[in-house]
Amino acid sequence: MSRAVVARDVAKVYRRFLHQKQFRTLKSALLTGSLLSDLSPEETFTALDGVTFEVPKGTTFGVIGENGSGKSTLLKLMAGITKPTRGSLVVEGRVSALIELGAGFHPEISGRENVAINGIMLGLTRRQVEERFDDIVAFAELEEFIDAPVKTYSSGMYARLGFAVAIHVDPDVLLIDEVLAVGDEAFTRKCLDKIAEFRRRGKTILIVTHSLGLVEKMCDDALWLRHGRVADRGDPKRVTDAYLTYVAGGEEALLAAGHAAAETAPPAESPPGEKAGPHGYRAGRWGSREVEITRVRLLDGRGRERHVYVPGESLTVALSVRSATPLQDFVFGLGLFAADGTNVYGTNTDLEEFLPRRLLGEGEVRLVLEDLRLVEGTYLVDVAAHRKDGTPYDYHRGLYSFRMKSRTKDVGVYRPVHRWVFAGGAELSPPGPREELDLGDEPGGPGRTG
Amino acid sequence: MLAQLATLLRYRPLVQSLVGRELKARYRGSVLGFLWSFVNPLLLLLTYTIVFTKIIPGLHSARMEPYYLFFFCGILPWTWFSSSLAESAGGLIAGGNLIKKVLFPAEVLPVVTVMANLVHFLLGLPILLAFLAWEGRLRPAALLLPLPLLVQLVFTLGLALGLAALTVHFRDVQNILSHLLHLWFFATPILYLYGEVQGTVRDVLRLNPMSHVIVSYQQMLFDGTFTHGRNLSLAGLVAVVAFALGAFLFDRLRDTFAEGV
Repeated sequence: MSRAVVARDVAKVYRRFLHQKQFRTLKSALLTGSLLSDLSPEETFTALDGVTFEVPKGTTFGVIGENGSGKSTLLKLMAGITKPTRGSLVVEGRVSALIELGAGFHPEISGRENVAINGIMLGLTRRQVEERFDDIVAFAELEEFIDAPVKTYSSGMYARLGFAVAIHVDPDVLLIDEVLAVGDEAFTRKCLDKIAEFRRRGKTILIVTHSLGLVEKMCDDALWLRHGRVADRGDPKRVTDAYLTYVAGGEEALLAAGHAAAETAPPAESPPGEKAGPHGYRAGRWGSREVEITRVRLLDGRGRERHVYVPGESLTVALSVRSATPLQDFVFGLGLFAADGTNVYGTNTDLEEFLPRRLLGEGEVRLVLEDLRLVEGTYLVDVAAHRKDGTPYDYHRGLYSFRMKSRTKDVGVYRPVHRWVFAGGAELSPPGPREELDLGDEPGGPGRTG
Repeated sequence: MLAQLATLLRYRPLVQSLVGRELKARYRGSVLGFLWSFVNPLLLLLTYTIVFTKIIPGLHSARMEPYYLFFFCGILPWTWFSSSLAESAGGLIAGGNLIKKVLFPAEVLPVVTVMANLVHFLLGLPILLAFLAWEGRLRPAALLLPLPLLVQLVFTLGLALGLAALTVHFRDVQNILSHLLHLWFFATPILYLYGEVQGTVRDVLRLNPMSHVIVSYQQMLFDGTFTHGRNLSLAGLVAVVAFALGAFLFDRLRDTFAEGV
């Protein structure tokens, strides 16, 4: 089969500017005669390294990876906007890159004029633009506004027009960089239909995206970039699964690191304010410390410390507590919050009518949450020891977090145990087997090794 | 350089539509709209006429009378030159979106700037010719106008390409440039007569290609003669060299634009 894209050992090295260098002046460059040497990189950053792959003509190819993994750089190389530092990259046929929609629009002039100029910019002739003009406008659904200056457009209208022009260039190779995130549902649908039509017509498509579902659904082949290198490539389903597992492992490490920081943080100091949510939820630690919570661990069903869970698992919050003097007035409590500060659940030993008898020396308090029924997202945990009247001994607010991962992208906070029942004229076929990710079997996950 | 010219020719439709856009966009939203192309030079003329006939009169000799007209002959092409350079210096950065996000021939940007300003110059020209005719000074020598115009075009293009490329890496260029252009304005015989300058200053003026371009305009339009041909040809040679250098520098730095802007 003939190839549309052939990449051989492609590397892209960006120069990283030192502040000092970035603000160097022409004068100094001329005085020291270093004009050209200054333009050769000293501090460099390797965005892509040793990337080799081929895309057969007529296939749809997905590129996935975390932010900063080199996806967009790869796309820019394929679009010809930048050139590889090493290796060779050959793209056959006319390329149209949907990297930023409407990148060339001029705000002051009308949509009509912008379409004409943008079309020419993307490689159409004047006549071709005229021929396709009506289709473009119809596709963008902007018939009413096409003669208004583009600056009056909403960002959705802007992106729609940009997409419409780019897609009507009728390229042999279409490069798409996460642009389907713009626009409403209906328009996204339309874009996907258009892309599907491209596939049917045997065009080659490359999609860079964070939407793994899209990759699984539309791509014939997927490439996973990790730190500028090819981590995996092949069947989209397998590659996205490998990627998901890796991301879960990476988050595990990240959350564990945050955890460790919270435990070692000095009492008065609050972690960065990013945890402040719209509900005024602000992370911190306070209290008299007559009772001290010395350690907080989040444990899975097998007693191992973990920070990424899937629905249905059990989560145990284990508090190590210490009191130097014997106490009889104490309550242990726990609060669970969504990332935006919404209180998901809160309870304490007093509310559940446990009677405090004595606390002295070291002790451990565990709250076992059986069968987590939460939707995907990050959750924050408050733990506290306080008097019955609420006076805090040691209050840890939002210092601990865990993440729920799920294949099902349902919304809200709480996922009740549920099932669908259809009867009569309502016929739906059940989804394929959708196993939740199994995070328990491989300690640490592959992320630890990667 | 020939390859550069070929590229530019290939992108002619793009340059054309971008120049059109530039002109449309410039005065969009203003009450006078496109009339500003005519009003601008007139207002400029009025300002300088007031300054040099009312506020500080007597600085110019009788050979420059009517002074406003003499000045007009020089300032109109100079405005084309200086606005082109000032605008193209920041042009690549302003058009950064195109360079970073679209496969876009970067050289088109400075060329569009120069061409858009050329159109403004050409729009101002009929006003100048009308004034000349009114003063009874329009002579057949005015038909030679394309000569200095061509020299100036090549020279401006070369500088614009070079400046645009340099500014990407040395943002200082933009700041220095405005002062440099100011100095250059006074080092070009626009306010005064080239023939009346003596000594070292004259030698300096002679080295300035824009002197010969402007003097050519002045002779063809104001004096109705043209005796500056040899100097203009030399300036033309310098212009070609400037273009080659500018194009070379631009080409050399081209691959760094997408990262530099």
